[in-house]
Order: sequence, then structure tokens, then C-alpha cells
Amino acid sequence: MHFIVEGLNTAFLLIVTLNREVFEIVLFTLKVSFWGTLLSTLFGVPLGFLIAIKDFPGKAVIHTFLNALMALPTVVVGLTVYAFISRQGPLGEWGLLFSPGAVIIGQWILATPLICALTISATQSVDTKVGLTALTLGANFVQEAFAILREARFSLFAAIIAGFGRVIAEVGAAMMLGGNIRGYTRTMTTAIALETSKGEFGFGLALGFILMTIALAINFLFTYLQRRR
Amino acid sequence: MKTNKIKILFIVLTLIVILPFTIFAEERLKLATTTSTENTGLLKALLPPFENRNNCKIDVIAVGTGQSLKLGEQGDVDVVLVHAPELEEKFVKDGYGINRQYVMYNDFIIVGPPEDLAKIKGSKVAKEALAKIAATQTPFVSRGDKSGTHTKELAIWKAVNIKPAGNWYIESGKGMGEVLNMANEKKAYTLSDRGTYLAYREKTTSIILCEGDPILGNPYHIIEVNPGKFPHVKKELASKLIEWVTSKEGQQIIHDFKDKNGNPLFIPTAGQKWQ
Repeated sequence: MHFIVEGLNTAFLLIVTLNREVFEIVLFTLKVSFWGTLLSTLFGVPLGFLIAIKDFPGKAVIHTFLNALMALPTVVVGLTVYAFISRQGPLGEWGLLFSPGAVIIGQWILATPLICALTISATQSVDTKVGLTALTLGANFVQEAFAILREARFSLFAAIIAGFGRVIAEVGAAMMLGGNIRGYTRTMTTAIALETSKGEFGFGLALGFILMTIALAINFLFTYLQRRR
Repeated sequence: MKTNKIKILFIVLTLIVILPFTIFAEERLKLATTTSTENTGLLKALLPPFENRNNCKIDVIAVGTGQSLKLGEQGDVDVVLVHAPELEEKFVKDGYGINRQYVMYNDFIIVGPPEDLAKIKGSKVAKEALAKIAATQTPFVSRGDKSGTHTKELAIWKAVNIKPAGNWYIESGKGMGEVLNMANEKKAYTLSDRGTYLAYREKTTSIILCEGDPILGNPYHIIEVNPGKFPHVKKELASKLIEWVTSKEGQQIIHDFKDKNGNPLFIPTAGQKWQ
């Protein structure tokens, strides 16, 4: 119990004294999570949309496969990407391992199935009349797509928020692919894992509280934007 | 219209904060090492002078010894600093490492609850202490993760021909700090490096029950990943780093490095040979 209190105290102190290392970690976490979510959205939304509206053989299989991918442990995703970008792997020449880019790639792969699956369900719940109306007004395929997605924007926003949550909270992939390098690839979650492994539960919790606060702030912001549109 | 301006301003601010990563001008050298070296804070004291003089950054990837050597075998790092002599010798023999140098030394200790049900207190022979623990089946927490500490623990069991198994032998797969915590909670024995135990002493009731046996010696070596096998490794920087940690100045930093209670954590040993 005492380390929960210790955690709260330490969190407060770290914020108030503008602890440099913690700030760097927070900033890095926000950067990779932003890029990871952005890339997943750019891939997941169009892909999800196409899967939702087109009928093709094996559609149910793909949808089921996507849902299964969401249940993948983050460390498994980390290991798989590691196999590709390690020097021994096919993409070894690029020297991507243990860099911020590697962390972003891992998060991209983690969030894309999630955003994709949620986009499918968001698209499917839009009234078919919306698409048809757009077509009668002379829309081409892209314009029709945008009309449908606009209609589903509330759920799409929720999908993006979910994707963001998935990447900012994960530790398995970031640890494997980034290496938790101090001052370079240390995220909030890998820092928490490190402190915990050192037995510094209070400090780990402190970082956890800071992460929670940031996640809350960002979610308040997203929800605000979601409502305004 | 005002709300649109606010939105635009907000987006611009966000983009500034979230700017793409700057391309680092300095060279980056990847060092895989063990959690015990990094967690004591030694590298934070030892590496910056080298980084400044050579205008480079050292990326320290702190994982267990087993994983560090594996990273070396895959060519994913340029240099390794570990503490498991048998594994290191195999690493070099198999052609993955060159220029292996002895850097520093500390020791392991067996710690446990003050109640000491296995009665090993004051033991000067580690393998006998472990044998007593096995015989009485008192709980023992193992790192279970192929770390340097785990490798040493297995070597001692081997020395007394015991294969530990049973409910009393807890293979946790955790870092040293967490294992000390677990041993404290479960009133169990464990093998720890002295540095981590000293750092953790206030949070635990475990006490030192066996120390000083030569088998408990813990040598750290630094090894360059073989550029013959992996042409992409930063061989000049790597060999300069090895020169640095074994140099008079580097060794002095190791010698002067103390934990927050003023205890020296490592003994510099460059130039000597570990038997």
C-alpha cells in the first residue's frame, strides 16, 4: 500500500520539478504514439472501408482474421517485427532495430488491425441510403466513400482513439524494437517496466500516474473534438 | 470562424511538438549489456566522457546477459559488456566476438531471511550452502532468465551435482530487483550481485548469509562484435570504447563509482586475467 502513496508523491514531485528525463520520456512517447496512430489510421481506415463495402470471396475469413489480430500480445508483434528488421532478417540492411522508427513500425502494426476492424463495423452501420444518395448526386467512388465515412465520423473517431490507446499503453513491442535506450527510445511504458524490474515500484507507479494523466488529457481533447465536429 | 482559428492554431502547435525526429549528427554505437551494469548507474558515469571526446552517442541496450550475447550473435549491436565467462568464451570461440577484455569485478552473495531455516549463515562455501537449501527444501528464488546471475547460480548447483526442482525452487524469470523483492516476500533465499542487494537493502529484511567464496566472483568482460562476420559494425568506435573502459582514466571512474550509501560497487581489473 505504501508504494501507492509513494507513487503519488513521486509523481507530483517529478512534474513540479520539471524532471528532465521524465519530460524527455513523455515527449518521446507522445511522438511515437502520434506517428504510430497516424500511420495506422492512414492504412486502417481505407482498408476497413473497402472490406466493409465490397463483397468478395473470403470476406468473412478476413474479418475474423482481423479480429484475431487484435488479440495478439504486443510482445509477439514485437518479436515478429524484430525478426524482419534485425540484421539477420530480410530488412536487416536498413539498420532499423533499436531506433525510434522501429518503435513506430511496431505500433503501426499493432493499431492497424484494430482501427481497420472498427472502421469495418463503423462503415457497416451507416445507412446504405447515404452512399446511394451520394451516387444519385453524381459522386464518384472517392466522393461516395467520403460521404459514408463522414456519416460514420463519430465511430471513426472512436476507432482512432482506441488505436491511440492501444499504442500508448503497450510495452512489449516498444521494448523489443526500441531497446528501452535511455535518452533515445525509452517510452513511458518501457520506463515503467524497467523501474519495476529494479524493484522500484513507487517510481514505476509514479510514471504510471503521469501516463494516466496524459492519456486522460488527450482523451478529453479527442472527445471534445469529436463532439464539436 | 473563431473556433476554426482555434482549431488551426491547436493543430499547428501539435505539429510543432510532434515534429519528425531530427537526424542525429553524431555516430551511434550500440552496446548491449546486462541489467546489473546499467541499473547501478555505472554507465551513466563511465560513458559520457567517451561520448563527448568522440562526438558519438552510445545506445545502451540493457537486457540479460543471454540476450546481450544473442544480440551480438545477430550483429544487432556493436559491442557487448557482460558477466558470464563460459557463455562469453563460447561467443568468442564461435567467431562472434573479438578483443575480449577484462574490465571489472564484483561478487555475488547468497541472501535470505534472518530466520535462516536452512542454517547457512556464515557459510564460506557457496555450494555447501546451496546444498543445504536443497536438502531442507527451503524456498529459493532463481532469476531463471539466462542472466549472468542465473548462469552463476546454475554453475554452483552443478558444482555440487544438484538439479534444483520442486515447489521450493522458484524460477521467476525476473530482474534482480524484483527477485530480491520476491525473496523478501516469500522469505526465500536467492543469489544476488552485491551491488543490487546494497541498493535494495532498506526495502528488504533479507540478510547476507554467504559470501567470500571464490566461486562467487563476478567478472565483467567487454567484447567487440566481430566485424569479420558483420561488416556493418562500428569497429573503430567499438575498439576505442574497449580502450576507454580499460584505460587508466576509465578504470579510475569505475574505481570511484559508489552507490548512494558510499559503497564501491565494482573493482577495476583491466590488464588482469580472470581464471
